[in-house]
Amino acid sequence: MTTSCFFHPALILIIGAVFLPFIKAPFRKPYLMAVPILTFINVVYLGFNPGVYGQVDFLDWQLTFGRIDNLSNVFAFIMALMAIIGTLYGLHVKDGWQHMAAWFYVAGSLGAIYSGDYLSLFLFWELMAFASTFLIWFNKDEKDSTAAGFRYLLVHTFGGLLLLMGFVLRYQATGSIAFELLDYENAKLYTWLIMAGLMLNAAVVPLHSWLPDAYSKATITGAVFMCAFTTKTAIYTLARACAGFDILIVLGVAMAIYGIIYAIIENDIRRLLGWEIISQVGYMVAGVGIGTALAINGTAAHAFAHILYKGLLFMGAGAIIHMTGKKTFTNLGGLYKKMPVTMLFMIIGGVSVSALPFFSGFISKSIIIAASYEAHVIWAGMLLTMVSAGTFLVAGLRLPYLLFFGESRCDQSTLDKAADPPWNMQFAMLISGLLCFIIGTFYPILYALLPYQDIAFYQPYSAYHLSETLQILALTALGFMLFKNRIGARATINLDLDWLYRRGGMMFLWLAKNPVQWLDTMWGEAYRVVGLFSLMTTARFWGWFDWHAIDGLLDGSARGVRSFGRLLARILQRGQIQQTLGYTVSFVALLMIAFIWL
Amino acid sequence: MIRFIEYLKENNHVVRYVLYSLIVAIVIWSLSVDTSHAHTWVEKHIPGFWSIFGFVSTIVLIFIARWYAGAGISREENYYDN
Repeated sequence: MTTSCFFHPALILIIGAVFLPFIKAPFRKPYLMAVPILTFINVVYLGFNPGVYGQVDFLDWQLTFGRIDNLSNVFAFIMALMAIIGTLYGLHVKDGWQHMAAWFYVAGSLGAIYSGDYLSLFLFWELMAFASTFLIWFNKDEKDSTAAGFRYLLVHTFGGLLLLMGFVLRYQATGSIAFELLDYENAKLYTWLIMAGLMLNAAVVPLHSWLPDAYSKATITGAVFMCAFTTKTAIYTLARACAGFDILIVLGVAMAIYGIIYAIIENDIRRLLGWEIISQVGYMVAGVGIGTALAINGTAAHAFAHILYKGLLFMGAGAIIHMTGKKTFTNLGGLYKKMPVTMLFMIIGGVSVSALPFFSGFISKSIIIAASYEAHVIWAGMLLTMVSAGTFLVAGLRLPYLLFFGESRCDQSTLDKAADPPWNMQFAMLISGLLCFIIGTFYPILYALLPYQDIAFYQPYSAYHLSETLQILALTALGFMLFKNRIGARATINLDLDWLYRRGGMMFLWLAKNPVQWLDTMWGEAYRVVGLFSLMTTARFWGWFDWHAIDGLLDGSARGVRSFGRLLARILQRGQIQQTLGYTVSFVALLMIAFIWL
Repeated sequence: MIRFIEYLKENNHVVRYVLYSLIVAIVIWSLSVDTSHAHTWVEKHIPGFWSIFGFVSTIVLIFIARWYAGAGISREENYYDN
């Protein structure tokens, strides 16, 4: 029933991932690159052929797997591009499972972006959550990664359930599962539930604590993927369903400020970058909240630019962790001699996020701020401008200062190990660094991709905007020079709302271990003494009778079933819940292929 | 490039003077930029508004962050390990 020329890009990644274990060197690396490149070509092809494809009747509903329009195009384009860069960055990784998890994850993101109804959105949404959890679990160097993966999975399951409840209630009320703009004027409970479910993936305060927690525990390449896909896919869905929701302006500005304050005091490199994602995604959430054509354009542009420079920063951070094995500022510093190439790219990433002229943040972030002035939300524009001073302070100054310049806090073995990373990591950084510069300088390339082409174009390189930005950056640098010792490296962690479920979880565990366990033991003991003995004696007799008398009559079929069941259990259930989940996800993916194909 | 950075590290004052002169140049140039199309009253009527704004923002953010960290948010690294 699919339209003849439509082949879902997510399918390429899923099929590619399924066949990956069978591909051996020397074909493995070309294969690893070919799959995301094919996906990208497919996305570009679809970009030139907008329309609605892949409509499937499933029970009473019509599912839409391919809604190709201006808004979904720009997001799918950057996601597919990032899949190429991320795979290139992880080309040296021998563990095929990591690549598979990453591709399933990207497939989920592309699927969510192209889906036109809540049911298929939900399927891909959950695929993203499950697949990305594996990117955390596969990190063998981090002892906390298993626990962090479970926290991540549970939080996202909760978010998925909010979304599920929301669209089921909406279906009950309106009879439609179409994924389109919600009615803000007559907002019902389901409107808020859907919004909250989408907001959790965008890490909107107060549903944000999972992000720095998970991204700092993921594998090195896993974090590069994760920093791009989850939050920006959620921004796309918010722009689709919740554009113009005033409350998102407040929430977006709040998360921009909240994130930057934590980033100023953070000690772990990737946690700092995670906090900065929250801060930057705050701009996009505010842009969605403003909801005008200019603001949505700004949101899309900023998401596009953000994926490239944040990917670059995570790649640089990953290179440092990969080479030195250290991840906190208190164990690093003064690396300029050992890692000059990494330093160069991290500075490019840093100045791009700080909106230095000629780099990508300059032409994307300012659209959102301009849109807020134009919509007469002056306070939001002012506060977001204040946060951009903080962004430069953190990513443009504090991060490179603590890592590369400043005093060295490395021990000798760290310094000996430090060097620039393998060629593929450098090459991936080169590509995204170049793109940050190209987009920032030749900005019409990006503006031509934006969803609303019929509005007056924003001019980033006006004298006034240049003077505004340069003044802020220059005076921020002065402030940093005066007070840099107050925000130096400190060996601490910073508590956040995840305290509630991390400490709350421990309380629950204590309750389960002590009073509840005691009660259970007592009850079990009483039951064993009183009831079980007589019951077991009778059962044993009937069991013996059934096994020997009846099964013997029926050709031993029960024995056959039992031994087959044992074999299956040996293969499928190794007692590792991660593996079991892996099989489940693969099974669901196969089902999804079947649905789309048929 | 490495030698250049080493030179700058040894001659800290060079960095400082370059930065100071850049700031002065930017602020002076900004005073000549037409602000009649700006959105708010403050931008139109306070010369060098964004310089003041940028500087104050940085200081405010640094001090809020330090105060916040000191108010019990920053803990020892093994806080969750027991």
